Amino acid sequence: MSAVATAGAVPSLWTLGAEELQAPKIEYGQLSPTIIVLGAAVIGIVLEAFLPRKLRYGAQLVLSALGLTSAFAAVLALALTGHGSSKAAVAGMGAIAVDGPALFLQGTILLVGLVSVFVFAERRLEPRAHAARSLVDSFAAQPASVPGGEGEREATKAGWTTTEVYPLLLFAVGGMLIFPAANDLLTLFIALEVFSLPLYLLCALARRRRLLSQEAAVKYFLLGAFSSAFLLFGAALLYGYAGTFGYSGIARVVANADRATSTVLAETTGSDALLLIGGAMVIMGLLFKVGAVPFHMWTPDVYQGAPTPVTGFMAAATKVAAFGALLRLLYVVLPGLRWDWRPVMWGVAILTMLAGAVVAITQTDIKRLLAYSSIAHAGFLLAGVIATSRDGVSSVLFYLGAYSFVTLGAFAVVTLVRDAGGEATHLSKWAGLGRRSPLLAGVFAIFLLAFAGIPLTSGFSGKFAVFKAAAEGGAGALVVVGVIASAIAAFFYIRVIVLMFFSEPRADGPTVAVPSVWTTSAITIGVLVTVVLGVAPQYFLDLASQAGVFVR
Amino acid sequence: MESLIGLLVGFPLLGAAVLLCGGKRLEKTGHWLGVVLAGASFVLGAVLFFDMLGKSADERALHQHLFSWVPVESFQADVAFQLDQLAMTFVLLITGVGTLIHIYSVGYMEHDERRRRFFGYLNLFLAAMLLLVLADNYLLLYVGWEGVGLASYLLIGFWQHKPSAAVAAKKAFLVNRVGDAGLAIAIFLMFTTFGSFAFAPVLSNATEAGEGKLTAIGLMLLLAACGKSAQVPLQSWLGDAMEGPTPVSALIHAATMVTAGVYLITRSGAIFNAAPDAQTVVVVVGAVTLLYGAIVGCAKDDIKKALAGSTMSQIGYMVLAAGLGPIGYAFAIMHLVTHGFFKAGLFLGAGSVMHGMNDEVDMRRYGGLRKYMPVTFVTFGLGYLAIIGFPGLSGFFSKDQIIEAAFAKGGTQGWILGAVTLLGAAITAYYMTRVMLMTFFGEERWRGQANEPHPHESPKSMTIPMIVLAFGSVFAGGLFKIGESFVHWLEPVTQFEHGHSPLSAPVVTGATVVTMLIGVGAAWLQYGRRPVPAEAPRGSLLTRAARRDLLQDDLNHVALVLPGEYLTRGLVYVDNKVVDGAVNGTAAAFGGLSGRTRRLQNGFVRSYAVSMFGGAAILVAATLLMRAV
Repeated sequence: MSAVATAGAVPSLWTLGAEELQAPKIEYGQLSPTIIVLGAAVIGIVLEAFLPRKLRYGAQLVLSALGLTSAFAAVLALALTGHGSSKAAVAGMGAIAVDGPALFLQGTILLVGLVSVFVFAERRLEPRAHAARSLVDSFAAQPASVPGGEGEREATKAGWTTTEVYPLLLFAVGGMLIFPAANDLLTLFIALEVFSLPLYLLCALARRRRLLSQEAAVKYFLLGAFSSAFLLFGAALLYGYAGTFGYSGIARVVANADRATSTVLAETTGSDALLLIGGAMVIMGLLFKVGAVPFHMWTPDVYQGAPTPVTGFMAAATKVAAFGALLRLLYVVLPGLRWDWRPVMWGVAILTMLAGAVVAITQTDIKRLLAYSSIAHAGFLLAGVIATSRDGVSSVLFYLGAYSFVTLGAFAVVTLVRDAGGEATHLSKWAGLGRRSPLLAGVFAIFLLAFAGIPLTSGFSGKFAVFKAAAEGGAGALVVVGVIASAIAAFFYIRVIVLMFFSEPRADGPTVAVPSVWTTSAITIGVLVTVVLGVAPQYFLDLASQAGVFVR
Repeated sequence: MESLIGLLVGFPLLGAAVLLCGGKRLEKTGHWLGVVLAGASFVLGAVLFFDMLGKSADERALHQHLFSWVPVESFQADVAFQLDQLAMTFVLLITGVGTLIHIYSVGYMEHDERRRRFFGYLNLFLAAMLLLVLADNYLLLYVGWEGVGLASYLLIGFWQHKPSAAVAAKKAFLVNRVGDAGLAIAIFLMFTTFGSFAFAPVLSNATEAGEGKLTAIGLMLLLAACGKSAQVPLQSWLGDAMEGPTPVSALIHAATMVTAGVYLITRSGAIFNAAPDAQTVVVVVGAVTLLYGAIVGCAKDDIKKALAGSTMSQIGYMVLAAGLGPIGYAFAIMHLVTHGFFKAGLFLGAGSVMHGMNDEVDMRRYGGLRKYMPVTFVTFGLGYLAIIGFPGLSGFFSKDQIIEAAFAKGGTQGWILGAVTLLGAAITAYYMTRVMLMTFFGEERWRGQANEPHPHESPKSMTIPMIVLAFGSVFAGGLFKIGESFVHWLEPVTQFEHGHSPLSAPVVTGATVVTMLIGVGAAWLQYGRRPVPAEAPRGSLLTRAARRDLLQDDLNHVALVLPGEYLTRGLVYVDNKVVDGAVNGTAAAFGGLSGRTRRLQNGFVRSYAVSMFGGAAILVAATLLMRAV
């Protein structure tokens, strides 16, 4: 009551709230994909708490698959009812955009998540003798148990498998759905944390080479936190500049359309230094997630250390989400600053393409090789981002869709090539694989050709679209560098193919595990998407082209 | 009637398809299918011929548009046929002689395991050649042209187990490719000049194009003709092509392949008429080849190679006549037809001799065969009389006409050409008499050899075609000559002008006969009166050169092969040192760069964080700098 009495004189926190706080208006329909996924994740945690151990694996699997499928259905429904084009709007009190790029990327992320669940669910790769009649997956049952040892055997017998990975994956997917749709800087930051934290955890869960896995998780976490700090600091500076976190609000200030009225911010509003420094820092935070040079150094270590199914998920989905966010930031918030950020991004793109391709040449571990390859691809994608045209957006969207399935498939193949110590990731062990299991090696060759951008694979269609957009957007020099980097990159992709098909198999070479239907279907989907997008890309290019407009 | 034209090509094409794809089931009977389909094509040709005779001269040309092949705006390529008098002549020659050769091959190839395939190729050869002469545009003609090249390659190298046959096939194919390039360029030029490559628009507008362009087109067409018709300088493949089975030689030399060049020049008459310079080159090529082939024919001891030289020489006559323009086209074709009869007869006769002599080809190991092979002797003898131009036989009429036309060219050129053709006639008489004497007369030099043959007459399937062809050798020329019927027949297509020879016709004819008799006499003095040594004497410089085909291969080796080899060696050197050096150097450079750069990835989070911080600093600084600039 006392607060009310003093309301007239000094506005207290309470009265301020009472006057201005209104019930938020939430468009549940338009936000349904995210809500479904996050809801499923919460249910997953509850299941984890209450369900008997034996049932958890099945239940989590069904729940995840169901959640992701229905979320994808929701995205489809939204897209079909025109929310991607004519009815594109900003929902959730200005926090989340529902438009073409957002729906396209959300759909891609959901499919990637679904296929990742398949790879996560694989439990038949370990030879039966090691697993002692119990089924183990790629994740550690207990932190202390030795892989294939007595402790693990008991743990798995008792059903102590790490089924928490499914809700963790769902949380990550949920965050990733928000990330490219985030329409203000705070939502962006929260989404970043929502999908990053589960990833840190997932990275640490490898069943074999535990130390490497934990080291990777710690590195990822430390550097991730570091970059989050940059992003948050940048967001604060931008708030200082514009007096708002909202993308469209900042964009208006940048365009000199209006000024924040708050007296507190009167001094800083419109200060170019704040804008440029803040913008650069937010971009930096996103470039870290993308894995662009010089913020790429976590990538090889984390990709190598994380359980391979997680690596595949992370490499595919994170890239999609982060590039989505980067596109939105550059196209919605900072288009007025194009002449300031473009030269810098040019430099980043060139460095990223070249560094990724060059360093990959001397890699000897297949997972590290793919990590550097992903860096090079981040560079190619940046070339499309820099195009600053509608074609640029749609080509990046297409490229992301194509690339993520190639990546998923490639990492799924990596999980199958095994020796006594688990996955045989050293390249020398892959020698002659094509002689021993031509089908698997053939499939991997398709993925490698797609990475290299050879025609009739999705990699070519995507790279062509991106470079075309970049060249038309006035970045011809960038395209030249991109093609040179592609040539360098082709070397190490083809080298793996040569190694697989034209070398003598090693006597102590790895065996190829016969996967269950889960991994098989994941790889099959990967191959199908790769080939279809390579042979008949036009429909999907059109789709991406229709989805290439951001709501402002 | 128009709708039947396609079947002319269709029958043998069907035969080729069935025989080549049919597999082992057709092994026993397949060859008869080939014969029947070739015969069907001939019968159809004859029907169309009589139908054509019933019409007036201007209405005789038939057209059939089968389908649009490449319709792209102004580029309209059609699969369409044109059957006029010129094409009709070729159709009858190709299918008629071709069918006889098919029948002959039934006997000749009886013991060959791959006879079915052989007949498939023969049918393919006929189909390609018919397509060539029936096409109503140059592009479709080119298809037939290439088909002929392919079929000849397959047939010359039919006995591919012999390296010499494989090499000869390759040689024929490669040399022909040079000519093919000429035809392709000619077609390109036509398209850019006339906007079309169909006969009608190109030939009727020929006079409107500039003479320079027409000369270029003409020379390219001549290059093409030189390849297919084995004219200097692309003659080198013909002799080696004797490696193929003898019926193939007969087919190549009489009915198909080598006649294609003469057809092309005659068909493109309108272009050559408007390009006198090209015409002069054609005449020169013909005259040179005429003597070249004749000289080579004199020195060869291999019966087939002697005949091959003779073919080259006779085609030289035709090319020369075709180069004379409207005064010569009809005679070129007339000689082509008569030559088709007697040359096919001669080759089949040679094959028959070889058949009876354990496939021996060296005439120095023949001799006195007339007793053992009477039918072969008589038919071969009639062919021989025809080719040397013995009065009253086919060759006499057709060759005499060409010699007369050569004189009628007028001026110094006329005298030179006339003299060359007369000289050629003398040499022809000489080397053909030589072949005749060495094979059928004199001592039986084959006796007492290690592997003594038992000469015998060939089976009916081989002798009957020879007899039929002998009739053609004897009467065809006379028939054509009566009332100038052949010239009138072709006139609507090729035009005709009477040449005005500075010598009167009887004088030319008399000179022809006299030179012919001189040639025969010289040969008789050398080979008839004296015994023929079983080993070839060393001979004069010219003889030795002629035995080596007047050094054609040596010349090609020095002029083309050696520079090519040096060029490739040079390129390999450049490739190894410069290109590979650059590539390997670049690769090594990137490898080194990669090795250095990866050391930055040292695994310590602290240095990663520093690099991120540094990167962020640079990013911010660069952004600010951009604004400042």
